Amino acid sequence: MSKPASNLARGVESFGNWVDRRLPVSAFWKAHISEYYAPKNFNAMYYFGSLATLMLVLQIVTGIFLTMHYKPSAVEAFASVEYIMRDVEWGWLIRYMHSTGASFFFILVYLHMFRGLMYGSYKSPRELVWILGVFIYLALMAEAFLGYVLPWGQMSYWGAQVIISLFGAVPVVGDVLVEWIRGDFFVSDATLNRFFALHVIAVPLALLALVVLHLAALHEVGSNNPDGVEIKKNKDTQGRPLDGIPFHPYYTVKDVFGVGVFLTLFAFVIFYAPEFGGLFLEPDNFNPADPQVTPPHIVPVWYFTPYYAILRAVPDKLMGVILMGAAIMVLFALPWLDRSKVKSIRYKGLGSKILLAVFAVAFVRLGMLGMGTGTAVETIESRIWTFVYFAFFILMPFVTKYEKTKPEPERVTK
Amino acid sequence: MMRIISALVLLFAGTLAFAAGGGDNLESSGANVHDIASVQRGAGLFFNYCHSCHSAQYMRYQRLAQDLGLTEEQVENQLMFGDVAITDYIKAAMPTESGNWFGKKPPDLSLTTRARGADWIYSFLNGFYLDGNEWNNTVLANASMPHVLWELQGIQRPVLETYADEAGQEHTRIAELRLNTSGSLSPAEYQSAIRDLTAFMVYLGEPAVLERERLGVWVLLFLVVFTLLAYLLYKEFWRDVKK
Repeated sequence: MSKPASNLARGVESFGNWVDRRLPVSAFWKAHISEYYAPKNFNAMYYFGSLATLMLVLQIVTGIFLTMHYKPSAVEAFASVEYIMRDVEWGWLIRYMHSTGASFFFILVYLHMFRGLMYGSYKSPRELVWILGVFIYLALMAEAFLGYVLPWGQMSYWGAQVIISLFGAVPVVGDVLVEWIRGDFFVSDATLNRFFALHVIAVPLALLALVVLHLAALHEVGSNNPDGVEIKKNKDTQGRPLDGIPFHPYYTVKDVFGVGVFLTLFAFVIFYAPEFGGLFLEPDNFNPADPQVTPPHIVPVWYFTPYYAILRAVPDKLMGVILMGAAIMVLFALPWLDRSKVKSIRYKGLGSKILLAVFAVAFVRLGMLGMGTGTAVETIESRIWTFVYFAFFILMPFVTKYEKTKPEPERVTK
Repeated sequence: MMRIISALVLLFAGTLAFAAGGGDNLESSGANVHDIASVQRGAGLFFNYCHSCHSAQYMRYQRLAQDLGLTEEQVENQLMFGDVAITDYIKAAMPTESGNWFGKKPPDLSLTTRARGADWIYSFLNGFYLDGNEWNNTVLANASMPHVLWELQGIQRPVLETYADEAGQEHTRIAELRLNTSGSLSPAEYQSAIRDLTAFMVYLGEPAVLERERLGVWVLLFLVVFTLLAYLLYKEFWRDVKK
C-alpha cells in the first residue's frame, strides 16, 4: 500500500518544484512564515496585530455578502438593511458580524497602537512600520465613517452632515469643497452612492495595500518585543537569532489560541449584545434618515469620540478642525519625538511611564466626553484633557532625553 | 502594565454605564420576548388596536407564523384584515383615514423598540391621561395619538403638585396619574396586557432575536472548547521554547 502513496508524494513534490521554478512560493513561505524569526518573549499585547488582520478579512467577507443585498439608494437603503435583518437567510448574523466587527476592529487597533507606544515599536529602525500603521489607522477611520452612512438612519445622515461640514472650515474653498464631497447641495442620494463606492472598493483596496506594506516593512526590520532588544544582534552560527523562534509553528499556534479567545468575546457581543448599549448600533439609527428632522443629540460612534471632544473643546470651528487634525497627524512624528536610549517602557524612566499612563487616561476620558451633550462643564474638562493629550507629545522629547533609564539587557528576558 | 490595563478597563466600563444611562424615569417593562405565549397575546393586541393606523412595513405576516408557533391559517384568520396575502409586508389597515383624523401620519412601528427601547413603549402605553377633554401622555407630551386602549385601562387623571426650581420659581408638574374611571381590565391586568404588547414589539423590532439568543449558547460552547484545545496545542508546541 505504500507505493501509491509515495507516487502521490512524488507527484506533489514535482508539481511543487514546477511551481517554484516559476513562482517563488516556497521562498515566500520560508521568508515570511516558516523561517521568519520572531522574538520568543512576546506577551499578550502581541496578539492584536494578527487579530486585526483576521478582523480585516472578516469585514471584507461579511461585506461582500452584505453588498449582495444592500441597495445604495436614499430611497431603498434603510429598507434594504431591514430586509437583510429579516428576510435574507442568516442576514442578521452577517450584518451583526459586520457592525460589531467595525467596533472590534477599532478596539484591536487601539490596543495594537498602545502596544507600540508601550514598547517603543515606532523607534528606529521601525519608523516606516509605524508610519504605514498610522496610514492604516487613517484609512480605517475613513472606511468606518463611510460605512456608518450606508444604513441611512438618522445618525448616518446627520453624522455625515456634521463630518462633511467640517471641510467647510477650510478658508476660501470650504463651501465648494463641501459641495464637491457631497455631490449635491445637501447630503443626498448622490452622497450615499459615492460613499458606497468608496466604502466597498476604494478604501478597502487602499487598506489592503497598506497592510501589505506594513507587514513588508515589519519583516524587513524584524519584530520588536517587550524588552525592546534587537534580536538580530545575537545570532547563532547559522545566522538565526538566538532569541528568535520561527513564526510558524510557534506563533501561528499561539495566535490560533488568541483567535479563539477573541472570537469567543466577539461572538458573545454578536449574539447577546449587538447594540452594545447603544454604543455599537446607536438607537437613533433605527429611525430612517430624515433631512427635515435634526436629532437633538448628534454624536459620532464611540471610536471617533476622543477627536470629537477635541473638536468641540475649541470655540472656533477652523481652529477646532486644525487641532483635531493635528491630534492625529502628530502620530506621524512620534518616531522622532522619542529620544530615549531604550525602546521599552520597562527600561524607561518614571517620567515616560507617567506620561504614557496619563495619555491613555486622557484618550479614554476624551472619548467619554465626546459622547456627552457638550455642556459647559464637559467643554472645560475636554479642554484640560486636550491639553494633556498634546502635552504627551510636546513633553516627550524632553522627558525621554533627560530622564534616567534602566540599562537595556543584552538578551530578551522571559 | 497590569495596573495600566485594569485602569483602562475601569474607565471603559465607566464609559459604558455613562452611555447606557440618560433614561428619563421610564418604568421597567419586564417584557420577555422569549415568552412566546406573551408575544402571541401581544400580537393579538397589536393587530386589534395598533394596526388599523400603524404599519410594520419591514415585517411579513408569514414570519409571524414561523416564529410565534402559529399556523398560516391562524395568522390569516386572526391577524390579517382585508385584502392581503400571507407574504405581504404589514401595512396599516386604514392608513389614510387615520392620517386625516389626527393630522400626522402615524409612525411605522417596526423598529420603535430599537429606536426608543421597550421601557419607553411600556411607559408610553401606561402614561395616557385625560388633560381637560383631550388625551395627553406623560412620556410623549402632546402626542397626537389618542388612547386607543382606554376601554381596557379606563381613564387616568393627573394629580398635580407644585415645586420650586433652583431659582425659586414655582412650577406645577404631574405627581401621579390616578384611575378616574375604571376600564374592562384591572390595573394589574392592564399592565400585564401592555407588557405582552411590548414583548411583541420587541420581537417586531428584531425577529432574529429569538434565533440569535438560542443559537448563541452553542456558538459560544463551540468556541470555548476550540479555545481550550488551541491552548493545549499551544502549550505542547511551546514546551521546547520555554526550556
